[in-house]
Amino acid sequence: MSAGRWTVAPAGGVEPTVERTERHPIVTEADVVRVRQIVRNLAVTAKMSLVDQTKMVTAASELARNTLVYGGGGSMTVDIVDNGRRRGIRAVFVDSGPGIPDMDLALTDGWTSGSGLGLGLSGSRRLVDDFAIESSPGAGTTVRIVKWSR
Amino acid sequence: MDRIPILKMGNLLLVSIQVDLQDQLALALQDDLSERIVATGARGVLIDISALEIVDSFIGRMLSTIAALSRLLDAETVVVGMRPAVAITLVELGLYMPGVRTALTLEHGLALLGAEVRVRLPEDEALVDLDADSAEVTDLGAGAAPNGRSALTEGAWSG
Repeated sequence: MSAGRWTVAPAGGVEPTVERTERHPIVTEADVVRVRQIVRNLAVTAKMSLVDQTKMVTAASELARNTLVYGGGGSMTVDIVDNGRRRGIRAVFVDSGPGIPDMDLALTDGWTSGSGLGLGLSGSRRLVDDFAIESSPGAGTTVRIVKWSR
Repeated sequence: MDRIPILKMGNLLLVSIQVDLQDQLALALQDDLSERIVATGARGVLIDISALEIVDSFIGRMLSTIAALSRLLDAETVVVGMRPAVAITLVELGLYMPGVRTALTLEHGLALLGAEVRVRLPEDEALVDLDADSAEVTDLGAGAAPNGRSALTEGAWSG
């Protein structure tokens, strides 16, 4: 790992995909709302419980806003995945913004580089089962989250 | 841009968020509410979020800000109707919304504010009128009037 490049876990999807959707742009606030609806619909299709749906949609909302506000816009892809035992929802958020210079700091509760509460990354990480982030200064940020049905 | 309607009811302001909130709409609600509190001299603000499928950190911060703002303007805010799944998610997210009072239902929220700011609801006035009317009706032999009256009285006090 080169200096300045931080990876908590590989951001490439490894779970077999069952149902794929197209890439959804995140360039306006309306897109953030749309992302919530798209993730909700897919979570319903995957027969996720209401609490898990709510956690996944909330995590997606946080990450979509990060993509828009800190990443300067980007996109999300969301798929239904299957690991042989359980189904789940995987969402990947990609931006080509300034990147995250200090990942440990960015994942700290309450720390924010902007005007938010600093719960976007740390909070959404707690809401999902798998969380991976890849970012390097100047090369943007990719966040991948997976939530499995119980 | 769309606005979330703010209803005045006695010395309360009532907001029911029925749309999937965009960030700008949430910010506009903050501004509109503080203006209406000052303009109306409202002592309480009830925010119904029963239609909200999620509350993320931005919406949570909006609710905290409204509660803090209204307190500075001498009004108490109660958020009512939070869905159980939303509450579970907020705790896990780590968002505790300090300073925001909550109640399970609109009725509980009204009771909470009524106890603190001595709200005189329009129902109280209606009750007085009804009492006067039914006293006359009783003379004409309408036996159901006393029962109806006591039920109304109980309802008014428990609410």
